[in-house]
Amino acid sequence: MTGPANVVEIAGVGKSFRGGVTALEGIDVDIRAGEFVSLIGPSGCGKSTLLRIIGDLIQPSSGSVIVNGKSAHRARLDHDYGIVFQDSVLYDWRTVARNVALPLEMLGWDRARRRARVAEMLELVELTGFESSRPWQLSGGMQQRVSIARALSFDPALLLMDEPFGALDEMTRERLNMELLRIWEKAGSTVVFVTHSIPEAVFLSTRVVVMSARPGRVAGIVDVDLKQPRTADTREDPRFFELITAVRETLSAGHVAEPTRAAAVEERF
Amino acid sequence: MSERITHVARRVLTSALVVAALWGLWEGYKWLWQTAGWTWPFAVDDTTMPHLHDVVAAFWQPTTTGGPPLIHSLLHATWFTGKEALAGFLLGGAIGFLLAVALSQSRLLERGILPYIVASQTVPILAIAPMVVVGLGSKGVQGWKAVAILAAYLTFFPVVINTLRGLHSVDPRAVELMHSYAAKRWRVLWQLRVPASVPYIFTALKISATASVIGAIIGEAPASIQNGLGGAIVNFNQYYSLEPTFLWATNVVCAALGIVFFLAVLAAERLVLRGAPENVA
Repeated sequence: MTGPANVVEIAGVGKSFRGGVTALEGIDVDIRAGEFVSLIGPSGCGKSTLLRIIGDLIQPSSGSVIVNGKSAHRARLDHDYGIVFQDSVLYDWRTVARNVALPLEMLGWDRARRRARVAEMLELVELTGFESSRPWQLSGGMQQRVSIARALSFDPALLLMDEPFGALDEMTRERLNMELLRIWEKAGSTVVFVTHSIPEAVFLSTRVVVMSARPGRVAGIVDVDLKQPRTADTREDPRFFELITAVRETLSAGHVAEPTRAAAVEERF
Repeated sequence: MSERITHVARRVLTSALVVAALWGLWEGYKWLWQTAGWTWPFAVDDTTMPHLHDVVAAFWQPTTTGGPPLIHSLLHATWFTGKEALAGFLLGGAIGFLLAVALSQSRLLERGILPYIVASQTVPILAIAPMVVVGLGSKGVQGWKAVAILAAYLTFFPVVINTLRGLHSVDPRAVELMHSYAAKRWRVLWQLRVPASVPYIFTALKISATASVIGAIIGEAPASIQNGLGGAIVNFNQYYSLEPTFLWATNVVCAALGIVFFLAVLAAERLVLRGAPENVA
């Protein structure tokens, strides 16, 4: 194998919940350093469950997850993960700066070092000047940027994002997509991104892992060969639309109740 | 700044109007029932409903011939009962908080212990008072400390229930976030669960503030304490037919003490939660 080393190796992962619901079955995915991988699929395909298994927040029923060459559990204890949820999950009783500093406090950084890093992170997400604001004083988009700054503050090897822009309006979402790419390039992190928006997945990712539901499986992986860096023009690129179609067709093929290929193509317009 | 002064002036005016309206209601009712000679639901005279100005005047009347005015002994009694109530409030608040934290650590513990905590509140304070007073008295504990413990008995309950609720109210993703930082259990507790439950704790403390005053007043009777407000109530009760205004004046002071406790908690809440969304306006 050439190129950068694998940050994540998912081998034969399955997850059944009590009551016999199989959320995931036979998942095999490798993610290389510096990749931006989206997990996409219908609701109930277990994409968020898979993200939580990678982050060692829930345990798989079978298979294994290796992160940075160690178990997911070890990786969590080593602070290899930064997590961003659909809601920003900021602490109301802390200022913006102290929210960003939360993981740094856990890591035992001293005050001066924390302050310097918080300033750096707020500059990265363009929120300099909001240090002493309270989370609820910010717009939803700004709150999510604080949450991204918090997730990246301790330089985790892997950024896990669970539909981070799902609750935002379309315009804010597109702007934050651009910002996220800029941050990703600058920070050089590896990202696993859960979404149910096909254009968002294609626009952001280097690869899109398409999942099917009940039980959740990998229906196919689409390599996104759009040129880097992505810009507003990327959304006009014919290749962008071809890739959207490719993802959509893989999604359809993964469905049990099979929509025709023609329907999938039609849906594109 | 001038806006603030207008705001304060308006509030003072509103309070004054409310007091005046209540005064008018009392005196109006008394006048109407007395002139009409109505006896339902009770006969109105200066014993059942003394004039409010007489109640106010009573503060400056001596309770014994040649003795100090009523206000003098009532202020002493308020100081004494206030001390019991404050000690009970602090003790009950601390016990309630620690119990809630302990119970929140294990569902099994919570399910096992909580019913007994609820049951404790169905036992009337008058029933446990003699045990506490006599039991502690035999160990040489001063009476007022026993009363403080009775006040704590009323105080701790709302704190346990509300704090527990607050500790469980935390967004599950916030807990996941802490786990992703490999945060230890106590970190999740002190940096997430406890701060998240602060608004719940203050709600409980507001209930407890007045409960501790009531607990202290009621607890004085079985403890045979004469120097507090409870003692004053028992005393003036016996002379009610002679001097009803003394009991009413004492009641006013008891209410005022409860209100002071409540306002103190309110002020503390404003101070602590000044950054929270619901307190900015």
